[in-house]
Amino acid sequence: MNVLHLLTEIEKHDPEVYGRLDSRRTAMRQFAGIGKKLAAAAVPVAFGSMFRKAYGQTTLTVLEVLNYALTLEYLEAEFYTTALAKSGLIPAGASVSAIQTISTHETQHVAFLRTAITAAGGMPVAKPTFDFSGGSGSGTGPFKDAFNSYQLFLAVAQTLEDTGVRAYKGQAPNLLGKGDVLTAALNIHSVEARHASHVRQMNRAAGFAPTVKPWITGDDPGLGTNNALVAANYAGEGTVSQATINITNIGGQMISSGAASESFDEPLSRDQVLVIIKPFIKA
Amino acid sequence: MNLFSSNKTAGSPSEEGLPRAMHRRNFLRFAGASAAATTLLVVAACNKDDDMTTPGGSTGTSVNLGTGDIGILNYAYALEQLEAAFYIQVIQTQYTGITAAETAMLTDIRDHEVAHREFFKAALGTMAIAGLTPDFTSINFTNRASVLGAAKAFEDLGVSAYNGAGKLIKDATYLTLAGKIVSVEARHAAYIRNLISSGSFANSEVIDANGLEIHKDPAAVLAIAGKFVKNTIDFSGLPK
Repeated sequence: MNVLHLLTEIEKHDPEVYGRLDSRRTAMRQFAGIGKKLAAAAVPVAFGSMFRKAYGQTTLTVLEVLNYALTLEYLEAEFYTTALAKSGLIPAGASVSAIQTISTHETQHVAFLRTAITAAGGMPVAKPTFDFSGGSGSGTGPFKDAFNSYQLFLAVAQTLEDTGVRAYKGQAPNLLGKGDVLTAALNIHSVEARHASHVRQMNRAAGFAPTVKPWITGDDPGLGTNNALVAANYAGEGTVSQATINITNIGGQMISSGAASESFDEPLSRDQVLVIIKPFIKA
Repeated sequence: MNLFSSNKTAGSPSEEGLPRAMHRRNFLRFAGASAAATTLLVVAACNKDDDMTTPGGSTGTSVNLGTGDIGILNYAYALEQLEAAFYIQVIQTQYTGITAAETAMLTDIRDHEVAHREFFKAALGTMAIAGLTPDFTSINFTNRASVLGAAKAFEDLGVSAYNGAGKLIKDATYLTLAGKIVSVEARHAAYIRNLISSGSFANSEVIDANGLEIHKDPAAVLAIAGKFVKNTIDFSGLPK
């Protein structure tokens, strides 16, 4: 996080920013100088408190986005820590190593978002009680064997990662003009995409999804018999039109409709995502 | 269809038009409040704004990306041109020992990058920079390690570039489009990295201790990308 850039960027849109942040401009300048020396972990605290003082309503919107993201990260983080604690679920070696890498990132995202939310004067939402069976607390939903079946575990992991990418992408417009908050969200978004790509490669290598690719073709989850369970997560991914431009064979190039759909990932709104994850939260 | 200007007469940047006081950045911000239909009108007006640096009007080997959101889109277009040219060459002159699976995936990636390139070209229309001349002399296309090393560099660079440019974008539609592309680049990056070293899809070279991707601003990106292009890329007009 670069506080100086953040302030400079805001100042372009709002010349009064220093006045809003603090009536004494010199004090703010001093703060900006200190910002250079702040440890990375302290920076979210610093800018969050400034925003709390400066922009009441804007902060609320950003906080809503961050708390929504936090809820998704809680879900992912607990899913992986639960799976890693289940002996014999994930094959030793490269597989468990990769899931550990992903799990570590999700846990880091939870910590990062909690820190940023608190610093912005918000209250991080509490972690819900999850039902990873997708049974709204019954424990008997369609994914009830996700921690017993490696195939089902990887199917859920792929779906969670692909959905996480869509969820963050859907929030980008809400963070337009929010400087480093937007950058942080984008920097999480691409990590989720790397995870999604890797889990897809694991699914293919394990033979569970022999044709699935690191990218999403059409609106096909690529998970065979499990496709029906996750159709909503992939709805709309198959679009081949971007900003009214048809990507298939664009510019006279041989671009198939499959490649056209793969070339662009599609966002999901918060409402869409909340419907999808509702069964995973114990009522 | 041209996102910015379907008006065939809108290509002359030197025409007298709207008052100079109405700065181009304000046009773009205004454009952000509306859909593509309004954007047509807005950018047609921008073409008459002599405050702007004219993209596509480059002479010799120098290419000016332009200003504002158009500059950012041209920045993305420049990077996609490089990536597309690279993968076209990879598929044309495949490295020794390439597997069928690798050929299939690298062909997919080529198609994605060509689609991205053509999308920006179509979207920018008359505002698009010229085609760049790549310089891949440092890459040995017959050698797997050389090709995959370059692919990794391009993909990681692309992700860091889009992530770093996001906050410079004023229009929500463009921001979302960039978001739609960057995650595909990240999927590529993870695949290429695993080809080089299994499990390196998201290692500490590209992810920081908070679990966030490490982003780069245009100056840092073009310092690296510039080694692979013969043109001089002038990015002085980009928002900071």
